[in-house]
Amino acid sequence: MATAKKNSLNTPENEGGGHGGETTAETRWGLSIDLDKCTGCQACVVACHAENNVPVVGEEETAYGRSAHWLRIERYWEGEYPNVKAKFMPVMCQQCTDAPCEAVCPVYATYHSDEGLNGQIYNRCIGTRFCGSACPYKTRMYNWFDPIYPEPLAEQLNPDVTVRSRGIMEKCTFCVQRIRRTQEDAKAEGRDVQDGEIAPACVQSCPTDAFTFGNLNDSESAVSQEARSSRAFRLLDNLGTGPAVIYLKGGETRV
Amino acid sequence: MSKIKRIRKSDGVIVPEDVQDQLLLTTVSDDELNALMLEPMKRTGPLFWGTLAVLTAVFFWGLYAWGYQIRWGFGVAGINRPVYWGMYISTFVFWVGISHAGTMISAVLRIFKADWRRPITRGAEAMTAFALMMAGMYPMIHVGRLWKVIWMFPYPNNRHLWPNFQSPLMWDMLAITTYLVGSSLYLYLALIPDLGMARDNSTGWRYKLYRAMALGWRGTEAGWHKLEKALGIFAIVIIPIFLSVHSIVSWDFAVTTQPRWNSTILPIFFIIGAVFSGLSALATILVLVRWGMKLDFYLRKEHLDNVGKLIFVAGISWIYVWFAGLIVEWYSNMPITVELLHDEWYGDLAPLFITMMVLNIIPIFFLAFRKVRRSPLFLLILTLMVNVGMYIERFLIVAGNLMRNYMPFNWGDYKPTWVTISIVAMTFAGFILFYMIFTRVIPYVPVWEVKQGRLRFSTRQVGRVEVVTITQVD
Repeated sequence: MATAKKNSLNTPENEGGGHGGETTAETRWGLSIDLDKCTGCQACVVACHAENNVPVVGEEETAYGRSAHWLRIERYWEGEYPNVKAKFMPVMCQQCTDAPCEAVCPVYATYHSDEGLNGQIYNRCIGTRFCGSACPYKTRMYNWFDPIYPEPLAEQLNPDVTVRSRGIMEKCTFCVQRIRRTQEDAKAEGRDVQDGEIAPACVQSCPTDAFTFGNLNDSESAVSQEARSSRAFRLLDNLGTGPAVIYLKGGETRV
Repeated sequence: MSKIKRIRKSDGVIVPEDVQDQLLLTTVSDDELNALMLEPMKRTGPLFWGTLAVLTAVFFWGLYAWGYQIRWGFGVAGINRPVYWGMYISTFVFWVGISHAGTMISAVLRIFKADWRRPITRGAEAMTAFALMMAGMYPMIHVGRLWKVIWMFPYPNNRHLWPNFQSPLMWDMLAITTYLVGSSLYLYLALIPDLGMARDNSTGWRYKLYRAMALGWRGTEAGWHKLEKALGIFAIVIIPIFLSVHSIVSWDFAVTTQPRWNSTILPIFFIIGAVFSGLSALATILVLVRWGMKLDFYLRKEHLDNVGKLIFVAGISWIYVWFAGLIVEWYSNMPITVELLHDEWYGDLAPLFITMMVLNIIPIFFLAFRKVRRSPLFLLILTLMVNVGMYIERFLIVAGNLMRNYMPFNWGDYKPTWVTISIVAMTFAGFILFYMIFTRVIPYVPVWEVKQGRLRFSTRQVGRVEVVTITQVD
C-alpha cells in the first residue's frame, strides 16, 4: 500500500482522481496515525463512542457486522502459531478528497465541506445505504434499530452531537463539534486556531500519542510534516479517493 | 371449438401449416373470434379463486412484514455491514429484468413486422407493467426512512433542496418511472379497440367498465389512423428506454469501487440477462394462461416455439457475455476479484453458483430442439428453471459480491430473515395476483391485431389453384 506520492501527500494538485474534489482552501483537516506507536488498546474506540453518542449494539449484533464503531481497530494476524504477530490499524472515515460515497447519495445527505471534510447530514439521510455499498473502506455505519443507551450510558450523552434515529447512515466526522468549538473560541479571542489545539476524541485519548490532527494545507503543521515522512502511506491509495488520513509505518512492529 | 376448421389443401388453398398457426388463418368468423376471447374470461373455477385467496394472504402477510420493518428498523431485514444490499435489491433487479421482455416482444417485433407476435403482445406488455410496479416498490421497501422518501423527488421547496442527479439511484427512479408510464400507455393504446369490442359484446358491470375504458372508440377510419400512428411512435421511442433502464440499474453497481461490480461489461450483461429472464418468464406465463384459460386457439404451439427460439438466442448470448466478463476478471488477477471468483467456484457461494449455472445452461441446450419448444410442459419446466437461475444470478451479483471487499477485516456474511423473505414473497404474490385478475378482466389476446393479421393475407386465384398473397397493412 506504499505510494509513489508519499513525499507530497498534502499538495492539492496531487489529490484524488481529478473529479473536482480538490481543495485549495486555507484549511484541509487531516489526521495521521503512527502505526509503529499503536498498541491496539482500543482507548480511541471508547473515547469515540463516548464523544459521539455512538450506541453499543452488543456481542451478537457486532458478530453479525452491525457494530456502530465510527473508529475501529482492525487486527490482522500474521504467521502461524506459535510465531504469531498481531498488526493493529485504527480505521475511521478517511474523509476522502474524491469520496465514492458523495456522488451516489440521491439526496445530498453526504457532501464535501470547504475544509475538506466529508460531511453527513443525518436529518437529510433517507437510508438507501448506497454510500455504504460504495465506500471501499466500509467505514459508514448504519442505524439498524433505534439506538439504546443502557444506564448509566444514557446519563453521559454528549449534548453537542445529535443522537441518530433508526434507518440513517453515520460515520466519523473528525469530531466536527470540537473543530467548531475551538474555531469559535479562537475567534472570540481574536486569534487564529493554533496547530495542535484541536484534538478529536481519538487524538486526545491515545496513550502512545499515535494520532496527530491538524491542517494538511499548512506546511508547518505537525500533521503535514508527518505526511511528508518517508513512512507515510494512505489506505487503498490506488483507488484515487485521496484520503485525508495518513498512516505511518516503518519497520516491523512486534506486539 | 368444433366449429373451428383449419384451411386445408382440399379447400384449394396452399398455406403452410406453421403460417396458419402463426397467423390464426382459419375459417372462423370475426364474431367467433370475439367470443373465443371473451368467453374464457368469464370462466373462473375453484382453482382460480383458491389461488387468488392464497396469493392475497401472502400479499397481506408481506405488507405486515413491511410494516414490522418500518416500525422496528432495518435490522430485522438481515442485512449488515458490508452486505448493505441484499435480497431486496436482488429482487428489484430481477423484476426490472422481467419487465424487459414485454417491450422486446411487442415493440421490437412490431417494428420488424413479425406477424406471429400478434396473439402474445398484450400478455407480454402486461407482464412489463406489473413487473415494473413490483420493481417500483423496492426503492420504497429498501430505504431506511420510508417517510422521507419524497426527498428523492425533484419538487420545488423553500429550502432550495434538490436531489443529487449524480446518483445512479436518481437515474433509476427517473428511468423506471419513464418506463412504467411509457409501457403502460403503450399497453393501453393497443387495448382500446379490444375494449370497444368487449363493450359491444358484454353486459352488466363488464359493459360499464369497458364503456368507460374504451374512451368512446367507434372504429372509425380516423380512429384507426391515429392509433396506428401512436403505436408506431411508441414502439420506436420505447426501445431506447428499454435499453437504458437496465443499463442504469447496472450502474447502481458499476459506478462503485466494489470489486466485480466496477466493470464496463455490466450494462450489457444486465440487458442480455434481462431479456433472457424476461422471455423465460413470458413463456412460463403464456403456458400457464393458455392452460388456465384454455386459450389453445389463440396461443398455439407455434407461438411457444418462436418464444423458445428467442430464449435460446438470449441464453447463448448470456453465456457469451458472462464468459467475456469472467476472462477479464480472471486474467486481471486482482486479489479480491479472484477471492470472489473462488468463493463462487468452491467457497461458501458454490452451491448457489453451481445451481445457477445448471439452471441457466441446461434449458438452453434443450431449447435447441423443436419438439421441446413445442411442448408446453417441457417449456414450462425449462423456463421455470431459467427464472430461478436468473434470480440466483442477481442474488450473487448483489449480495454475493458485497460479502468481500478491499478490507479483509470487513468481510461478512448474509442471512435473509423471515421479514426479507415475506416482503420478497409479497411482490411475487402481488405480480401473479394482478396478472390473474388482468386475464379475467381485460381481453388477454389483442383480437384486433389478430384480425388485422388475417386481413394481411388474402388468397388469389392463379390458374387452377389459390395462392396466399401478402399485403401491407401496418
